[in-house]
Amino acid sequence: MPEPQPALDTTPVDVLVLVAHPQMEQSRANRTLMRAAGEVAAASGGRVEVRDLYALYPDYLIDVAVEQALLGQAKLLVWQHPVHWYSMPPLMKLWLDEVLAFGWAYGPGGTALQGKDLWLAVTTGGPEDSYRPDSYNRYFFDAFLPPYEQTAALCGMRFLPPLLLHGAHRVGKTAIEEHARVYAERLSTYPEWPELAELAECVACEVPATARPPVDTEAA
Amino acid sequence: MEHGSWLTGSLVYLAAAVLAVPIAKALGLGSIIGYLAAGILIGPWGLKFVTDPQDMLHFAEFGVVLMLFLVGLELEPRRLWALRRPIFGWGSVQLFGSAVLMTVAAVLLGVDWRLALVASLGLAMSSTAIGLGVMAERNLMATTSGQSVLSVMLLQDVAAIPILALVPLLAVSAEHSQGGGWLGAAKAVGVIALIVLGGRLLLRPALRWIARSKTPEIFTAASLLLVVATAALMQSVGLSMALGAFLAGVLLAESEYRRELETDIEPFKGLLLGLFFIAVGMSIDFAVVLAQPLLVAGLVLGFLLVKGAVLWAMGRSMPIPVTERPPFIILLAQGGEFGFVVFQTAAAGGGIDAPTSSLLVAAVAISMLLTPLVLLLSDRWWAAHLAAHAAGPQLDEISEPQHAPVIIAGFGRYGQIVGRLLYANGFGATVLEHDAEQVEAVRRFGWPVFYGDATRLDLLRTAGADKARVMVLAIDDLEQSVEVAKLVREHFPRMTIVARARNVTHYYELRNLGVEMIERETLDAALMSGRSVLELLGFERHQARTLALRFRQHNVAQLEVMRPHFGDEAKLIAIAKQGRQQLEELFAQEREAARQRNERAGWGGQDAAPRDEGRSTPG
Repeated sequence: MPEPQPALDTTPVDVLVLVAHPQMEQSRANRTLMRAAGEVAAASGGRVEVRDLYALYPDYLIDVAVEQALLGQAKLLVWQHPVHWYSMPPLMKLWLDEVLAFGWAYGPGGTALQGKDLWLAVTTGGPEDSYRPDSYNRYFFDAFLPPYEQTAALCGMRFLPPLLLHGAHRVGKTAIEEHARVYAERLSTYPEWPELAELAECVACEVPATARPPVDTEAA
Repeated sequence: MEHGSWLTGSLVYLAAAVLAVPIAKALGLGSIIGYLAAGILIGPWGLKFVTDPQDMLHFAEFGVVLMLFLVGLELEPRRLWALRRPIFGWGSVQLFGSAVLMTVAAVLLGVDWRLALVASLGLAMSSTAIGLGVMAERNLMATTSGQSVLSVMLLQDVAAIPILALVPLLAVSAEHSQGGGWLGAAKAVGVIALIVLGGRLLLRPALRWIARSKTPEIFTAASLLLVVATAALMQSVGLSMALGAFLAGVLLAESEYRRELETDIEPFKGLLLGLFFIAVGMSIDFAVVLAQPLLVAGLVLGFLLVKGAVLWAMGRSMPIPVTERPPFIILLAQGGEFGFVVFQTAAAGGGIDAPTSSLLVAAVAISMLLTPLVLLLSDRWWAAHLAAHAAGPQLDEISEPQHAPVIIAGFGRYGQIVGRLLYANGFGATVLEHDAEQVEAVRRFGWPVFYGDATRLDLLRTAGADKARVMVLAIDDLEQSVEVAKLVREHFPRMTIVARARNVTHYYELRNLGVEMIERETLDAALMSGRSVLELLGFERHQARTLALRFRQHNVAQLEVMRPHFGDEAKLIAIAKQGRQQLEELFAQEREAARQRNERAGWGGQDAAPRDEGRSTPG
């Protein structure tokens, strides 16, 4: 049984890519993207790490300590997943619930992620023109991003402009390859991205100590 | 003087066994040949350390009695009842079929019919000691051939009684001895009834009472006393001692003391059987053999061939799987210790003269000496040939490209579940199983089955071990499982082993062989039950699941932490204790946090206190 591997290399992980696809065996786009990211990781000497959540935790039993340790080192956190029901796959959501703990990632004393970057690399089954008020998805895709943005903000992370691939069911093989090339290039060049300079600092979301009844957070 | 001879005797027997058996084993010949060779060496025709083997033979026969007691222990009354047809049907076919054929052949060759009949009946018997010894050594007792060999031998034991009674009647003078046939029969029935009733009603309470005294050696003494007493009872009315011991064993097969009796009797049985084989080796009268070498050779060959032919025909019609037939035929074709008794009785009663008797004894002893050797040869040539033939055409079916080739070794309850999952997903597998009773189960899958021991390299190869990707190691016997793992790691390193571990020791043994995918067979089922208990105690279902899964994770990780110290009992216990404390502390901390959160929720004025494990989540 593949037990979650703790980070054992000496090089601190700069870029942490979390991949979540519940049916990877049926995937076209995300599998190619993950392979591209994996190649970058292999050549990075430990600077980039790719973690396939569904392969690591097939029983949904996330090793919170290992995840937090890795996350603590990283400067860029990447979430790569297909968009399911306008949101993330369930295991990735569980990862958020368990790893981004109160008092660690947010709330009083929760400063572990302050100043880091969060980058979304998602694919949608529907084509781009389905994400319009006059089409069946009824909203522009941007309308589904606020939960992500606010998650980043609450943890003190900058939300970088996401990398989108629409119509992943139908898009041609060469288009996917091209998309994967861009993805890999960005992963390997972070933090030398031109647009980063123009990006505003993260909005501070201070959760007041009185927002929650007092509790000894050390135990959690 | 008495003391001196006792000491010298022990010295000679023990030294001969200790030297000869390991040498024979190292040569790949098996322990029985070692004992026989030791007997020849120290006997009247070797170094002459012992000159009167008959006494020793009588004493050592008790080893056979103990062995049948142990066989009985393994056989519950229900299973014995199920065997009644093979015992009386096929057993009679073997014994009387062989005897009739041999008698006819002998009479045709001009032998007196009475002599021919006595000799044939004696020669038709097979050696229980060697037969069951070999079966046990090869772990074949539970297979169809093992049960068939046992059935035939049980009938021989039963039939020995009337045969021994018949022999004096066939004496040339034909005098009517055997005073009071009816009275004798009544006594015999009475004793058997006594053993059955006593065994049912008295033995268990008696053993319980003895066990309560908490003196292990007295329990051992009681075990021996039980066998000796049964044997003595049987002998007093002229019945077979071994049969009585077998009966006592069967009656105790369902008792809670079965295992203890087994472990207590086992060493005595082993040593006495060894002694028995040594005595057989000693009793081969080489003077007779050397005087008429051709006659002896012809006799041995002749009776082996006749019995072999009968057994071959039986094997075909009994449905014994092809690959199990060679040991079945070879083990039952040899002569046996009952033959000695028959010839001696006949010689004493004047049925046959002394030289003929020693000629026959020599022939039987030689056949017993030959049996293990023939078996070895058959393993090398015959069995391999049969296995290859049985396998050839079917193997192609599973080498279809998209089917992942899997070998399942052991198709009991564990292997079958793995097999069904594979089957449901359209995969085929090759099954190795040494218990023919499981055959029907495998047949339903329509998969190729190989009978026999997965510890045999040639069998693994025929099953396609060099092409398969995965070996599911689901054998329930610990030693065999480890042996197979070793063999596979050494000869088929490309094949990944997915193993079932019976317990932690087994887990470590497999782990240290480099096996990585090991599941302890009871862990997951027990955790599921643990979940149910937590649910009944008021935990939410999902919480119970998470707790059980985390317990499992901790448990498996702990096992790996402890692995380097495998063998160091004290250290293991210390680490295990520490690990248990860690987990308890962890769970206690979480309970405390959850309690505080619940209180807090109450303090905060919410009406329903959520009974969760209490991760507070934004939103």
